[in-house]
Amino acid sequence: MANDLSVRELVRTFGDFTAVDDVTFDVPQGSFFSILGPSGCGKTTLLRMVAGFDEPTSGTIAIRGTDMCGVPPNKRPVNLVFQHLALFPMMNVAENIAFGLKRRGMQSAEISRKTQAILERVDLPGYGDKRINQLSGGQKQRVAIARCLVMEPSVLLLDEPLGALDLKLREQMKVELKKLQAKVGTTFIYITHDQSEALVMSDRIAVMNNGRFEQVGPPRELYSDPHTPFVARFVGENNAWSGTVEEVDTHVRIRTEEGLLFRARSHDAYPAGTRVDLFLRPEALRIEPEGKSLNTFKVTVKTILFDGANSRLLTVTPKNHELLVSLPQNRQFDYIQPGDIITLDWHPDSGLCFEA
Amino acid sequence: MKSGYRLTLWLFLAPVLLWLFLLIVIPHLDLLLMSFRGESGVGNPVWTLQNYKNFFTEPIYWRTFVRTALYAVITTLCTFVLALPVSFYIAKLARPRTRGFLTVLLLLPFWVSELVRVYGWMILLRESGVFNYVLLKMGIIHQPVEMLYNDVTMIMGLVYTSMLFMVVPLISVMESLDDSLIEAAYDLEASKFAILRTIIIPHCKPGITSGAIVVFMLALGNYLTPNLMGGKNSLWFTEQIYNQFIASFNWNQGAAFGFLLLVLSSLIIWTGLKVTRQRLGEVAS
Repeated sequence: MANDLSVRELVRTFGDFTAVDDVTFDVPQGSFFSILGPSGCGKTTLLRMVAGFDEPTSGTIAIRGTDMCGVPPNKRPVNLVFQHLALFPMMNVAENIAFGLKRRGMQSAEISRKTQAILERVDLPGYGDKRINQLSGGQKQRVAIARCLVMEPSVLLLDEPLGALDLKLREQMKVELKKLQAKVGTTFIYITHDQSEALVMSDRIAVMNNGRFEQVGPPRELYSDPHTPFVARFVGENNAWSGTVEEVDTHVRIRTEEGLLFRARSHDAYPAGTRVDLFLRPEALRIEPEGKSLNTFKVTVKTILFDGANSRLLTVTPKNHELLVSLPQNRQFDYIQPGDIITLDWHPDSGLCFEA
Repeated sequence: MKSGYRLTLWLFLAPVLLWLFLLIVIPHLDLLLMSFRGESGVGNPVWTLQNYKNFFTEPIYWRTFVRTALYAVITTLCTFVLALPVSFYIAKLARPRTRGFLTVLLLLPFWVSELVRVYGWMILLRESGVFNYVLLKMGIIHQPVEMLYNDVTMIMGLVYTSMLFMVVPLISVMESLDDSLIEAAYDLEASKFAILRTIIIPHCKPGITSGAIVVFMLALGNYLTPNLMGGKNSLWFTEQIYNQFIASFNWNQGAAFGFLLLVLSSLIIWTGLKVTRQRLGEVAS
């Protein structure tokens, strides 16, 4: 499949500070690609270089095989949905959407036909005459996306457009955006610091930290098989534990700082005595298992963090190390009270360790 | 409680109302009455429209009038064209520290009186002035050129005098313009000129209007600059009013001219607002 966007060895420095550090990736046609990273990791700088608002220090950006070096934003086949949407308040909805087409010098009959069509696409038929300040947050969102999609860009860039919405609407827009992308088939590049947005919507995600891509892959792979400790910490929730490698066979045998012995998985073979960090998902911990294994241990329940389907137990080991354990809401564990001592167990494949 | 509140309100309003009434309304009423007074053939005061009739029958009066209006509009346009990039630079491109410095630089000329500023220009531009001296020394010209006393110099002087009153409102509206709107337009394939026309100017409309009104009024009612820099060749309507009051000692005629100028400025501002589809209330807020 052809790539809509190819970025090679991209570097952007501001004085001594390297905002984007040797980034290389491809985005295949029609896919939903997310760049996920904490604020200040360089993702906005990267996006602005793709849009043309900033020039790379070195490296190349190619859109559909054409090198974009020195091409100004108004000549690039990409459009950007801004963080705060940047809808033009002096124009109504239809004028906002028609803005780009008018600049292309398109016939006005053609413009109004396209505007109507795109408004229907984003489920806002008949909204053309509304002022921007008459729209709700979610409607503004859709107008901003429609304004870009009507230009039929090769790549649509989205700069955390859901950030300003309230939680409920954000959840709803996540699903809508994903559906819209599937419907129109345009390549989306979405940047966000919210891992849930990236996981829900993307075909592939790049996790970015300190200007570099830590790992690029499908959401499930990032979640279940993080390649670096940063990805393990940043994508999804993880319990972290420090320990030392004791022995390596099919799994790694780890003695944690508080003396518990576990078997876990690792990417590299570490010699005995290596200091490692062990990462364990809350849902990997089974409460009151049948039978016993090496990974069975006891903890005290500190509090119950009830959050519907996402409920968890905050537990502590005898040495006061905090662990989050997910609490399935099938009524099986309703008897657990704060202060109880419970037994936990986990499969050696679900714990992952990295050299500390 | 309620009557106490009203009393306080009136107490605070009193100085403003007194000021408006005593210094603006009463003198204007008096001038209005005066403009309709005249002398009969034997020297008795009578009511008459003669003062207004004189304006329309004597070409020099109404020609000066039209000229003044036209040049005031031109001055306003020139000021706007010059002030737009200056205020854009100060509001959007300059760094915060430079911004304050630049604003002070703009204010600086206004610390000296207009008279001194105009004489400053005259020292530069007159036949034996600095510019002529330099140009002669450099061999660009061989005869001193009179740069004063023409329309171009006069308009330049007026623009210089009124720049600040356009730049300040423009800076304040431009500061409220979100940079991402400009970037969004640029991203949607707009050229730089299209961004100026469709985003920046519509956003700045209230600032442009209030700046334009102030500059226009100042130019129209200016006396010093047209008189000193325009000289005898560039008559300004305020000079006609001055002549009637002081030189001819014909207060009735002067009052009529004064009122015509008031009507003219109101009319042009009203037309300007209508053409740009704005209301005075929106501009003031």
